[in-house]
Amino acid sequence: MLQLPLVVTAQVDLLLVLVSLLAFWTRLSHLNYPNAVVFDEVYYGQFVSLYMKRVFFIDDSGPPLGHMILASGAYLGGFDGNFVWNRIGAEYPSTVNVWSLRLLPALCGALCVPLVYLLTLELKFSHLSALGAAVLLLLENSLIVQSRFMLLESVLIFFVLLAFFSYLRFHNAPSSSWSRYSWLILSGVSCGAAVGVKYMGLFSYLLLLVVASLHTWKLIGDKTISHMNVCVQSVHRVLCLVVVPVLLYVFWFYVHLSFLNRSGPHDQLMSSAFQASLQGGLSRITRGQPLEVAYGSQVTLRSSVSQPIPCWLHSHKVNYPIRYDNGRGSSHQQQVTCYPFKDVNNWWIIKDPGRQQLVVDTPPRPVRHGDVIQLVHGMTSRFLNSHDVAAPMSPHTQEVSGYIDFNVSMPAQNLWRVDISNREAESEVWKTILSEVRLIHVNTSAVLKLSGVSLPDWGFRQLEVVADKLFKAHSSSLEWTVEEHRYGTSQEQKEREAELHSPTHIDVDRKISFWAKFVELQWKMLTVKQEESEHKYSSSPLEWITMETNIAYWLHSSTNAQIHLIGNPVSWGVANLSLLAYQLLAVVYLLRRRRGLKDVPDGVWDQFVCLGCVCVGGWLVNFVPFLLMDKTLFLYHYLPALCYLYLLSPALLEHAHTHLLSSVTHQRALCVGALAVLLSIFLTYRTFCPLTYGSPELSAHQLQGLKWRDTWDILYRRR
Amino acid sequence: MAKAECTPKWNTLALRNRKTCPTPEKSFQTTFTPVSKDKNSQTAGHLAGGDTQSSNGPSGQFLARESIESPSKVLLMLVAGLSFSTRLYMITEPPHVCWDETHFGKMGSYYINRTFFFDVHPPLGKMLIGLAGYMSGYDGTFPFIKPGDKYENQNYWGMRGFCATLGSFLPIFAYLIVLELSNSCTAAIIAATLLIFDTGCITISQYILLDPILMFFIMAAVLSMVKFNQQRYRSFSASWWLWLVLTGINLAGALGVKFVGLFVIILVGLNTIWDLWRLLGDMSLSLVDIAKHFLARAFALILLPVILYVTIFAVHFVVLNKSGPGDGFFSSAFQSRLIGNNLHNASMPEYLAFGSTVTIKNLRIAGGYLHSHWHLYPEGVGARQQQVTAYLHKDYNNLWVVHRQQDNNSQSGNPDLVRHGDIVRLEHKETTRNLHSHLHEAPLTKKHFQVTGYGINGTGDANDLWQVEVCGGRKGDPVKVLRSKVRFLHRATGCVLYSSGKTLPKWGWEQIEVTCSPYLKETPSSQWNIEDHINPKLPNISLSVLKPNFLEILLESHIVMFRGNSGLKPKDNEMNSKPWHWPINYQGLRFSGVNATEYRVYLLGNPVVWWINLASLGLYLTMVAVASIATQRGFSLGQQRIGGGLLMLGWLLHYAPFFTMGRILYFHHYFPAMLFSSMLTGLTLDILFRSADLLLHPPYSYWFQRAGQLLLLFSILYSFYLFHPLSYGMTGPLAHEPGSAMADLKWMDSWEF
Repeated sequence: MLQLPLVVTAQVDLLLVLVSLLAFWTRLSHLNYPNAVVFDEVYYGQFVSLYMKRVFFIDDSGPPLGHMILASGAYLGGFDGNFVWNRIGAEYPSTVNVWSLRLLPALCGALCVPLVYLLTLELKFSHLSALGAAVLLLLENSLIVQSRFMLLESVLIFFVLLAFFSYLRFHNAPSSSWSRYSWLILSGVSCGAAVGVKYMGLFSYLLLLVVASLHTWKLIGDKTISHMNVCVQSVHRVLCLVVVPVLLYVFWFYVHLSFLNRSGPHDQLMSSAFQASLQGGLSRITRGQPLEVAYGSQVTLRSSVSQPIPCWLHSHKVNYPIRYDNGRGSSHQQQVTCYPFKDVNNWWIIKDPGRQQLVVDTPPRPVRHGDVIQLVHGMTSRFLNSHDVAAPMSPHTQEVSGYIDFNVSMPAQNLWRVDISNREAESEVWKTILSEVRLIHVNTSAVLKLSGVSLPDWGFRQLEVVADKLFKAHSSSLEWTVEEHRYGTSQEQKEREAELHSPTHIDVDRKISFWAKFVELQWKMLTVKQEESEHKYSSSPLEWITMETNIAYWLHSSTNAQIHLIGNPVSWGVANLSLLAYQLLAVVYLLRRRRGLKDVPDGVWDQFVCLGCVCVGGWLVNFVPFLLMDKTLFLYHYLPALCYLYLLSPALLEHAHTHLLSSVTHQRALCVGALAVLLSIFLTYRTFCPLTYGSPELSAHQLQGLKWRDTWDILYRRR
Repeated sequence: MAKAECTPKWNTLALRNRKTCPTPEKSFQTTFTPVSKDKNSQTAGHLAGGDTQSSNGPSGQFLARESIESPSKVLLMLVAGLSFSTRLYMITEPPHVCWDETHFGKMGSYYINRTFFFDVHPPLGKMLIGLAGYMSGYDGTFPFIKPGDKYENQNYWGMRGFCATLGSFLPIFAYLIVLELSNSCTAAIIAATLLIFDTGCITISQYILLDPILMFFIMAAVLSMVKFNQQRYRSFSASWWLWLVLTGINLAGALGVKFVGLFVIILVGLNTIWDLWRLLGDMSLSLVDIAKHFLARAFALILLPVILYVTIFAVHFVVLNKSGPGDGFFSSAFQSRLIGNNLHNASMPEYLAFGSTVTIKNLRIAGGYLHSHWHLYPEGVGARQQQVTAYLHKDYNNLWVVHRQQDNNSQSGNPDLVRHGDIVRLEHKETTRNLHSHLHEAPLTKKHFQVTGYGINGTGDANDLWQVEVCGGRKGDPVKVLRSKVRFLHRATGCVLYSSGKTLPKWGWEQIEVTCSPYLKETPSSQWNIEDHINPKLPNISLSVLKPNFLEILLESHIVMFRGNSGLKPKDNEMNSKPWHWPINYQGLRFSGVNATEYRVYLLGNPVVWWINLASLGLYLTMVAVASIATQRGFSLGQQRIGGGLLMLGWLLHYAPFFTMGRILYFHHYFPAMLFSSMLTGLTLDILFRSADLLLHPPYSYWFQRAGQLLLLFSILYSFYLFHPLSYGMTGPLAHEPGSAMADLKWMDSWEF
C-alpha cells in the first residue's frame, strides 16, 4: 500500500552548494582561453591524438587511465586526432574543441573543493573548519592553473580525496548498515583509478591501506565480536581495498590494449610477437610467414634487447681494419654488426653444414633445438664465423666476422648450435618470432651476443656483435628471434639477391594473450629509461616547501599576457605553519600522555591522531619519496601533498580553539586572526589572478611587482 | 654434536634455579600477553624442551644465567676455535693482489709512507690496515698496481691476518648476541654455525678489505647494545656504564671505517629511543632520573662517538703530511699543509698580472680547476665548440693565460697588474682557445648558459671578454694570488662563470660542468681563486697561505668524500649488481683469477646457508603474524617471546637503503645484512623446532627437535665441504665447461666460478 501523503524531505547544506558553485566558476570560466597549447598539454596531447587514431604507444610516465580520461574528453568534443602537438604556444585550429579537451580535468579540479569540505566533516570536525579547508583549496592559484588545462594532477587529486572520503564514510557508518559496503567499494574503485592515473597515486593508496589495516587491527582486538564476524569483515576489506584496485588496474590496461590496435612510433620497443599483434607495422610484413624455420630459410635475426635501440644481425662488404686505433690487430675479415634499420643486408640463410644447397626441400626440414647450422649472409654469401681474435671494442670477447680465407692458417669456424631458450620440449622446432634463440659457437662454445657498444666510424657507428664465453644466464643480449622469414627458392646468387630485395607477404595472424601483452607493456613502462636532463623549470623537492621556483606555462605570442604555476604564497605559508604546529603539538601531547597527563579526553585524542594519520601522513608519503628520486621533478608534483596540508590547517585551528585556549578573549583573538588570514588569502589570490588566468595583460612594471621572490622567473617582452 | 649436549642440560639447570635472576624483557620483541592460567599451563609445556613441569606465564622466562655459563663457555671455545681455524687457514694464498686489495693495500702503504691520498671512505679501516702492516714488518714499498700482481717477498700476511682475525670474531659475536637475546644455546649455536661455514663470510674475511673491519665494529656495537639492554635493572652500575660506553666506541669505529656504519647507528638510536620511551612511561622514576638516563646516553652514544670519530680524522691528517695523489681534490689552502706540494711554503708573484700563466680553482669544496681540452661538445649540446669543464686533478690543460682585451704582446718592462673591474681574455694555454660564453643552454644546468673554448691563437670575438671582480673589493684593487676570491662576469650577457658540480656524461670524460650563470648571487660556485701563478717578469715572494683550521679541514674532507661517493655511478657497459640479487645469492664476485690455469677465488655465499636464511626470514614473519593475530584475538600460544625484532630491524636497516642508492653497488654490500639474517635464522629455527610439540606428543616432539637440528648441522657441513674451494681457491677448467671439478656445483647459471 502506498503511504500518503507522499513526502520528500531534503536537507541541503547551502555552504556546500555555495563553495561548489564558486569552485565551478573559478575552474570552468573561460576554459578555452588561451586558445593555444599550454605547457605539458604538448606532452599529453600527442597521446590523445594517438588514442583518437587508435595507434599504439608507450608512455612511461604513468598508467593509461589518465590518457584515457583526456582522450574521452577529446572524443566528446569530436576531436579527430589531426593536430600536431609540437611546441608550447602553438595556436589551436578551429577544428579542435579546446573546451572539451580541458573539461574533464577542470571538472575534477572543481569537485575537489566540495570533497575537501565533506572529508573534513568525516574527520569529525565542524562545518566551519570544513568551509575553511574548502576556501583554502578554492583560492589556491596553483591548483586552479593545474585544473584548467589538459593535465592530470587535478584528476589524481580528485580520486585520492574521493578514496579517503568514501573510506572514512565507511568507517564512520554504524556497523549494522550494509549500505556502508558500497562506500568501501567506491573507495577501492577510487584507489584503482588514482593509481591508474599516475603512479604517484600509489603513495596515497598505500597510506589508505595502512589506515585501513590499523582500523582492522582494532577490529581484530575487539573481543565482543565473534571470530566468524571478524573473518567476514576482514575478508570484505581485503576484497574491496586490495582485490578491486588490482583488478581495475589490470582492466585499464585491457581497455588500453584493446583500443590501441594499430602499429605506431613506439613499436620497436616491443618484442616481435607483440608487434605482430598490432595492425600494420610488423604484422603487415610478417603475416603469413612460415612458422617453422627450416634449412634453406631466409631470415632476419633481431636481437632481443631493445637497448639502446632494436637492431638486426647485419653484415656488409667492408672488412675490419687491419689495425685498430689502439694498435691491436684484427682478422681483417668481413664486418658483422647489428643494424638498427631494415636493410637487405640483414638477411641470412640457414644452411645445413652437411649439404651444399641453399633452398628449402619439399617438404621442409625444420631446424630443432640442439641442431648445428651454418648462417650464410644473403647478399655476400659469407659464412657467419667466430674465432679467438679479440673483438674490436670489447677485447675480452671474441670477434665475429663474415669468413674470408686469406690463407693465413686461420681456418673457418662457422658452425653454430641452435639453443632455444624458451623451449618447452627438448626437440622443439625453431619458430618464427616466438622462439628466442641463442647461437652457440661450436668450436669455442661462445655465444653470439650484442655487446651494447657502437663501432667507430670504420664500422659506420653500427652496434658491435661479439661472441662471449663467460655469459650470464638470463641476459637478453644473448637472444635472437627470427623476425622476417621466408622459404628460399633460388639456388643462384643473382636470383637470390633479387628474391631478397622482394618484399615478403603472405597471410596469417599471430595472437599473443592479453596477459603476455600486459606483462610486457608494464615491464617496458617501468624499465624504459628516458634520458634524464634538467628542464629549464624543473626544481628540487626542498624548493617546493618554500615555493622557490615557479613554472611559466604560457606566454602570449605578442603581448605580456602569461600564465604561471605559482601558488598562493599566504596559503602556502599557512600550510607550512600548520604542519609544524601539528608536529610540535603531537610531540608535547605524546610525552605528557606517557607521563600520565591527559590534556584532552580520549575521544578528542583519537580524532587528533586520525587527523595526523591522514593529513600529516598524506603529506609525508607524497613528499618524502621525491627526495630519494632521481628524476626530473616539477613544482606540480607537490600539489597532492599540499592538498593534505590544506585539509590539516583549519582542523588544527579548530582543535586549538576548542581544546587549547581556555579564555574567551584568546578564542576571539584566534577567530579574528583566522579571518584576517582568510582575507589576505583572498587578496593574494586576486593579486595573482592575472598570472593564473592569463588575462588581463599586465605591464612590465606590474609584472615586476608580482615578482615576490628573486628566484621566480616572470617573463617580460622586450619592446 | 655440541648442540645435542647443550639443550637438556641447561633446561634442567634452569628449572632448578629459576628464581635466581629474571631475564629482563627485551625491546623490539613481540609481546605475548599471558592470559588465564589453566590455558597457559597446558600449552607452556614445550617451553623448556621435554619438561612438562614447566612454569606458566612470565615466570617461564626465569632462567639462571650463571647456570648456562658452563656449557655455553665450552661451546664458545668451540665456536672460537672453528672460527679462527676456518678464517686463518691458507691465509697467504693466493700470493698475489686480489680484487680491492689493490685499493686498500695501497692505502695502507700510504699511511706507512705518510703520503696524502683521497678515498671515499673514512680513514679508520685503512689506518688499521696500515698499522697491522707496519707491525708485521711490511715496509710500504709494494705498489699494489693491479689485481694479480705477485707479492714476491713482501710481508703481506700481517695485513691479511689482521683482517681475518677481526673476521673470526663475527661468529663469536653472533653466538653471544643470540644467546643474550634468546637464552637458548641451540639458537646461538645455529647462528654461529651458519656464519662459520659460510664460504662468503670466509672469503671476505681473508683479504685486505674494509669489510671484515666494518663488520667487526657493527657486530661489536650490537653485542654491547644487547648486553647493555640486559643491565636495565642495574642502572648506573659499573657494568651498565661499561657496555654503554663500549657501544659508543664501537659505533664510532663502524662509522670510521665506512659510511655504512650509519645504519648500525640508526639501529642503536632506535633502540635507545625505545628504551627512553619505556623509562618515560615508568611512573616510579622521577623526571630527574629520566634526565640522568637521557644525559648518560647522550654522552656515551652521541658525544663520545663524535669525539672519537673526530680524533680518527685528526690522526689521519697528522699522519699524512706529504703531498700525494689526492691533492687536487682539496682547496688551495688545504694543499698548502702538505709537504712536497707546490703550495707548501709557496713562492710566486703576489699579484695577478697580464701575461701570467695561471690555474684557476673553484672555491666550492671539491670544485676543481677550470679546464679545457681538445674535444668538442657533441652535437645537440649547445654549439659544437671546444669543451670547458672543471677537473679535479692537476694537469697541463688547467693552465690559462691572462690577456688584455686588445693584446699587444710585445710588452716590455714590468707587466701591468690585473685590477678589479679590468676586462680580460682568458686563453687556454694548450689549445690557444679563448674562454667563451653565449646564449645557448648549458649541457646539464639548462637555466645557465654554455661555456666553451672559441677562437684560435688569441683571435676570437666579443663573447670572449670577461670582467674580473674581486669579491669585497673596490675598483682598482689588485688580485691577490691564492687569497682573493675572484668572479668572472661575462661582458656580453652579464652572466657569471659558474661550476655547477654536476658530472658530465661520457663525452665530457665525467668531468664537472662549467656554466655561465645569469643569477648573480655570490656563492662559492661562482667564486674562483688563482692557484698557480707563473710570470717570469715578476719577482717571486714567499707566501704563507692562510692555514685552514681543523674543523674546516674536517668539513671539507667530508664534502669531498660524499661527492666522491655519489659520483661512483655505474658505467654503461658494466655488469651491475642489483640489491635483489643479493639475498638469493644470485651472483658472486670474482676475487682472483679468470682463466682455467689460474688460481681462482670466487666470493659467493654458501648457497645452503643463504637459502636457509632467506626461508627463515619468511618463516619469521609468518610466525610473528600468526602469533600476534592470535594474541590480538585473545588466544594464548604460551610461546616464549622471540627476540628477533631487533635482528629483523637490523637486517632491514642494512639492506633496504641500498634500493634507493644511485651509486654502483656490489655483492659484498650485503654481508652486514647477512650477519643479521643469520642470527635471525638461529632464533627462528630454534623456536620452530621447539614448537614441534604443538603437533606432536612429548617423546616424538623431542625426537623431531633433535632430528631437525642434526639435519640442519649435517646439511651445512656437507654444503661447506662441497663449496669450500670457492674460498680456499680452485684451479682447473671453469665450471661451465665439462670436465671441471666444480661443474656439478653450478646450481645457478649465473655463478661464474
